[in-house]
Amino acid sequence: MVTANDVVIKIATVNGTGSASANGLLRKAIFRMGVPVVGKNYFPSNIQGLPTWYEIRVTGDGYHARSNRVDIMIAMNAQTYARDMAEVAPGGWLVYDSTWPRKSLLNREDITIIGIPFSRMCNQHFDGARARILMKNIAYVGAIAALLDIDVEIITTLLEETFAAKKKLIDSNMEAIKLGYDYAMEHFPCPLPMRVEKMNATEGQIIIDGNTAAGLGCLYAGATVGAWYPITPSTSLMDAFRDFCSHYRVDPETGKRTYCIIQAEDELAAIGMVLGASWMGARSFTPTSGPGISLMSEFIGFAYYAEIPAVIFDVQRVGPSTGMPTRTQQCDIICCAYASHGDTKHVLLFPADPAECFYMSVAAFDLAERLQTPIMVLSDLDIGMNDWMVPELEWDEDYVADRGKVLGAEELEEMEKFHRYLDVDGDGIPYRTLPGVHPKGAYFTRGSGHTKYGAYTENSADYQEVVDRLLHKWETARSLVPEAEIRFSKFNKAAILTFGSGDGACKEALDRLEAGNIGLNYCRVKAFPFSEEIRDFIDKHDVVYIVEQNRDAQFRTLLINDIDADQDKMVSLLHYDGMPINAEFVVARVLEEIAKGRAA
Amino acid sequence: MSYIAKPKISHPGLRKNALGLTSRDYEGVVSTLCAGCGHDSVTAAIIQAVFELDIEPHMLAKMSGIGCSSKTPAYFVSQAHGFNSVHGRMPSVTTGANAANRDLMYIGVSGDGDSLSIGVGQFVHAIRRNLNMCYIIENNGVYGLTKGQFSASADIGTMPRKGMPNQQEPIDPVSTALSLGATYIARSFSGDKEQLVPLLKGALLHSGFSLVDVISPCVTFNDHEGSTKSYAYTRQHYNHVINVDYIHPSKEITASYAAGDAMTIYLHGGDTIILRKVDDTYDPTSRASAFKYLRERFNAGEITTGLLYVNETRAEMHELMGNVDTPLSKLPLDELNPGQDELAKLQADYR
Repeated sequence: MVTANDVVIKIATVNGTGSASANGLLRKAIFRMGVPVVGKNYFPSNIQGLPTWYEIRVTGDGYHARSNRVDIMIAMNAQTYARDMAEVAPGGWLVYDSTWPRKSLLNREDITIIGIPFSRMCNQHFDGARARILMKNIAYVGAIAALLDIDVEIITTLLEETFAAKKKLIDSNMEAIKLGYDYAMEHFPCPLPMRVEKMNATEGQIIIDGNTAAGLGCLYAGATVGAWYPITPSTSLMDAFRDFCSHYRVDPETGKRTYCIIQAEDELAAIGMVLGASWMGARSFTPTSGPGISLMSEFIGFAYYAEIPAVIFDVQRVGPSTGMPTRTQQCDIICCAYASHGDTKHVLLFPADPAECFYMSVAAFDLAERLQTPIMVLSDLDIGMNDWMVPELEWDEDYVADRGKVLGAEELEEMEKFHRYLDVDGDGIPYRTLPGVHPKGAYFTRGSGHTKYGAYTENSADYQEVVDRLLHKWETARSLVPEAEIRFSKFNKAAILTFGSGDGACKEALDRLEAGNIGLNYCRVKAFPFSEEIRDFIDKHDVVYIVEQNRDAQFRTLLINDIDADQDKMVSLLHYDGMPINAEFVVARVLEEIAKGRAA
Repeated sequence: MSYIAKPKISHPGLRKNALGLTSRDYEGVVSTLCAGCGHDSVTAAIIQAVFELDIEPHMLAKMSGIGCSSKTPAYFVSQAHGFNSVHGRMPSVTTGANAANRDLMYIGVSGDGDSLSIGVGQFVHAIRRNLNMCYIIENNGVYGLTKGQFSASADIGTMPRKGMPNQQEPIDPVSTALSLGATYIARSFSGDKEQLVPLLKGALLHSGFSLVDVISPCVTFNDHEGSTKSYAYTRQHYNHVINVDYIHPSKEITASYAAGDAMTIYLHGGDTIILRKVDDTYDPTSRASAFKYLRERFNAGEITTGLLYVNETRAEMHELMGNVDTPLSKLPLDELNPGQDELAKLQADYR
């Protein structure tokens, strides 16, 4: 039986050998054939010499999550050969470098083994160790093209685009493509029954990772000061911002920059810089990951209490402690929601894919300035560093930035006296002033107890008045954050509730369960604090499966804490092994609960 | 009680500066520090310096961390924004503020605990960036607010009020700053306003990182016999190596200086300072000889003061980064945004 556009290819290589560009070429070629793809990196916390994998899911249905299956394994790394072979689904294929003999012990009867002498061919055709290694990667792209019927014309075009100015490189890469392609065509029945067929499902779509999209969002939001300390998996966010800025934020005549990126000495300093810049009126941000949030916590509490805007990106990775820095989790929910000592809570945004990383970056700056408080955008390694197909990003030319309540020189001139923490409008949000604008705007920003007038206090009533007003502001925040995505079309008794990168796997699981006549409603939360609507959603069901990627059901805890959600109704489906969540997991767990007698 | 505002009484006879302001206009709220605290003298010196420099109060940003010293920005220039941050983190907040708005003048007040213990990392890195700010350390060798523990600047053999003498090597902010490449390094004493005020003026006008380490005795916890940061000890071991005269750009240099012991330093903004050498062998433009001199005098038990090192040639943070002259915080957001057409165009790379 021939199946088109439903195949998972996994490529096992050694990191530091240049396989990323070969894998990108393959992924782009399929996408250019009009077929939706998902690209996932599984890489070690290491620079060179350890095993790394890239997984391409060809999904004609346009799903966003990874699949829990491998149909074709390209086993280019002898170190991991045994486990790579074990991972292939029955009926699948394994491609290996047959330059060297395979151990006969390692064999499987239920899969087809395809040997191609990549090394030998490349050693014969190319000079120099580095070229031979690089071209071996390109050669496997050629072989896969033959096996899956991928359009070689498209690959040629892509190479021409990549190496536009270097004709020599186009020729050598094409030579490598042909080596793999021709060998496969000659020795095996190409194409395989699982193959890629042209579609028209990628028009108006792009493939991008969340960190790049978030960096682009910061550019479009008008951020001018970025401070950071390098940490996996958030580093590429600042790299992207820097690349965009070097293109769009350098005066062509003077060569001077309208952005300032500061690599801080640590995360304590990075957040301090963001607060200094935001206090001064610039849009400022810092990207980090869990360990960085731990270090920033003192300042985050300061910003909450002194009411200073800040945008913080937490690209979550596996904890606790150093954990597994190159694996994904949603494990910083509680640590971010309540970062810092004392009574503090913070607005969180949960992008579900790179497109939302872009739009929510902009929303985060607006909310930070409107609410005068830190806003944390919680993505994760899966969103931040993997390749997602999303609708082309659009910029609304009518967008007007929300700079919040900032008094200018004229307003101050007319005022009798400015008081920093007075709730003038009744929404819990006071007015602020920027340094250097007017002497009447001056006040002393402090993390110590202060009155609504901004003066130091150790008076109980004056202290309490301010922290109670902050609670009122929290309620205003609840009405300003992005609303949840809710699918509540049927009178189902059960539902799935998730957030962030759980979205793709859950939506795919809903389709599969639906196909098996199990209908579930759906709620995808986009922000904390939670709305009344989310509480209503939970109230209306007998069972709500809370799908999250951590061990301790942190999101469920937050639902109980913030909106007093009914604990008895919320059943946790927890995926926390470090790999991106997939639909099979969600389906299996829901079925398991139903088998236990839960409502469906 | 820092919430008590000082009554503003203007005496018609008070001298006015070029902005028509009197020194009273540069005051803050009433100090809550102990009577006789060196820090209050430093506050007074700051007030005099900014008044005499004709600085518009709101164009000054007062930055601090946590501790006795860090409270003091509330006690001067109440018409300037102040940022009393968290312990040891004043440099990072100042870095961000300065990155956003290079037009303001930044004055950071810190202490030996705030800068040399909990905040030593940020202190060091602000110097590396040559952040354009005046960084004052009110150095008394002890923690005041927590009642008298040694700080990292306590000298070996210093006796606490109770307990054993300090046996750990002190961190000297001046030699630390020298080794890190700070571009204006001075040391003074809270009890010597005549020396301190011109040093502060030079520090405020210097383009780049200026450090003013001020020995500022703690009358409550570190002013006893056996302390090397007491008023009495400092006065006895005080060594002026260089004094500074600040010359306003509009004023001519009128005083005459003997050749060989005066040195003119032209600051970026057009101001001038004249260094008057007490020891004419001292070269304040050489890091190596400054370091050697400081160590030798330290070993002889002397506290060397004055403008100990100055370098007006090194670029400050914004110049090093090549940033626009307009403060980043003042750039209109729509000018920073490439727009829909560019967004559509750049996404060709993601197909």
